[in-house]
Amino acid sequence: MASAERSTPRVTEELVATAQHPAREMLTMFVGNRAAMVASIILMAIVLAAIFGPMLHPVDPFEMVWAPFTPPGQDGFVLGTDYLGRDMLAALLNGGRVSLTIGLVAALMSVFIGISFGALAGFYRGVVEEILMRITEFFQVLPTLLFSMVIVALFGASLEVVTIAIGIVSWTAVARITRAEFLRIRELEYVTASRAAGASNITLITRVILPNALPPIIVQAALMVGSAILFEAGLAFLGLSDPNVVSWGQIIGSNRPYILDASFTVTIPGLAIFVTVLSISLIGDGLNDALNPKLRAR
Amino acid sequence: MSAQLALDVRNLSVSFPMRGRDADGRRRRLLAVDDVSFSVARGKTLGIVGESGSGKTTAAMAVARLVPKMAGSIIIDGTDFGALDTEALRRARQRVQIIFQDPYSSLNPRLRAADIVREPLIYAGATSRTEQDRIIDELFEAVGLRPEQKALFPHQFSGGQRQRIGIARALSTRPSLIICDEPVSALDVAVQAQILNLLKSLQAQFGLTYLFISHDLGVVQHMCDDIAVMYMGQFMEYANRESFFAAPRHPYSEALLDAVPTIEVGAQATGGKLVDGAIPDLTKPQTGCRFASRCPHVAAGCEDSVPLLDVWPGTSDHQLACYRAAEFAAS
Repeated sequence: MASAERSTPRVTEELVATAQHPAREMLTMFVGNRAAMVASIILMAIVLAAIFGPMLHPVDPFEMVWAPFTPPGQDGFVLGTDYLGRDMLAALLNGGRVSLTIGLVAALMSVFIGISFGALAGFYRGVVEEILMRITEFFQVLPTLLFSMVIVALFGASLEVVTIAIGIVSWTAVARITRAEFLRIRELEYVTASRAAGASNITLITRVILPNALPPIIVQAALMVGSAILFEAGLAFLGLSDPNVVSWGQIIGSNRPYILDASFTVTIPGLAIFVTVLSISLIGDGLNDALNPKLRAR
Repeated sequence: MSAQLALDVRNLSVSFPMRGRDADGRRRRLLAVDDVSFSVARGKTLGIVGESGSGKTTAAMAVARLVPKMAGSIIIDGTDFGALDTEALRRARQRVQIIFQDPYSSLNPRLRAADIVREPLIYAGATSRTEQDRIIDELFEAVGLRPEQKALFPHQFSGGQRQRIGIARALSTRPSLIICDEPVSALDVAVQAQILNLLKSLQAQFGLTYLFISHDLGVVQHMCDDIAVMYMGQFMEYANRESFFAAPRHPYSEALLDAVPTIEVGAQATGGKLVDGAIPDLTKPQTGCRFASRCPHVAAGCEDSVPLLDVWPGTSDHQLACYRAAEFAAS
């Protein structure tokens, strides 16, 4: 049989030479995206500052160390002091830790809830889909800020409650994306092939369909870290965040009355939020381009 | 007799629920496959031909237990595959494998070629990793792929090569029955011949049994021992290859054969009676022959009751579902 069957593989030798893992192809694409790369470097710097900053600059952000409203650069305070004479640099570094953690944990949480809802709805269809999507729609039409304020007001303004509140109000987008991807992929023949080969429903959902549905979910998750940071800032600005920890939003919120006297106390944490969220968005965009096979072909 | 049958299907019906209800207040259902019976002997090939929407793929998917609701019995290698459910069904699924039409959507883009072939073995259990690797090597060789291609991903293969991977996957659990659902209609003609010949040589090599779904009579003639012609969910004609191509006598089969394009000069002028007329609404119960609305030989009585498959006079096993079969035999 060999002679007839072996007529094609000449081309494949070149194919073998250029064979690339899809993930590596994606990485090449991402690295080629300048905006996303710059954003990655900036974000990495911010993350490192948040992790190691408080150790290198061990000042308690709640301690009054100097005269209030010391402008940045004066008297050895790189970013000045706030209305109570607290070190802004220490607040910014510690606040970064909190803001990034909340953003990350809330995003992970909403991805987890969203994938569970979307995957079950998209895979099982029928009654399951009806119920799960009605629940999703219920959360979608709730005014998010108001609802999270209610949760925080009811359960107390601790870090955990704030994180959970943000996660609970922002998972619906992930659920819808996941469901749409599942609806598309479940009809593809390779899923039928896996089912015909004896894959259980759980295997089909987690091992066959989900990996193929991940790219848009990853993009959405990246963007959600940014929006969660913004959301936390919004809550903190309204005074609805843990008073015992500093976060960027909380710095802005507490210095708000003095915005005209010492605008830097509000501008600096605002800039931090702006740069972080912008970087995350650019990375999300870069991921989107890299994970989207249609764009990759260009 | 039944011991040699790889597949024995009796009175298979498949219907799909539709939106809305009929006059009696019952849920409307589309009867895609209506009471068909067929069997395939081990090592043989049965071809089911028909136009789009005739129910041939649905029938095959029902045999593989991939449609939700069905009636009738499906016996595979003497065991009642049709009666299994949930876990027992999942474990038995390795007995029936499918070669799909579209080599682009039938391979998981995230798996390497070797892992695509390995997948059924993992679900079937009972094989060690080294055993799996040995089977994969053997299958890659058998379908004409090179060992170094095992690590490649589907998008790095051509259509024909992808179909070879699909074939290797279907073979991996040594199934009792392989359903070929239009396995070459998405490929270009030169590759079609390669894949068909590969399927034939694999059949000889491993003693495979095929249920071959196609709309292409040329392909069916090349591949199949028996041929069933399906129209609107029912078999119109069921015969062995020689008998069928020597004398297809059901008006629908004739129309199908006439529709095959030829390059003979003037052929289109004489033959090629293209059938027109509307196809029946399968959501309603059928009262007569389904083909009556399009049949050039329709006569009184054709629309009064449904004709059943019956042995054509003068043959041993050439079956037709047509009231006028006897007249055609006489002519």
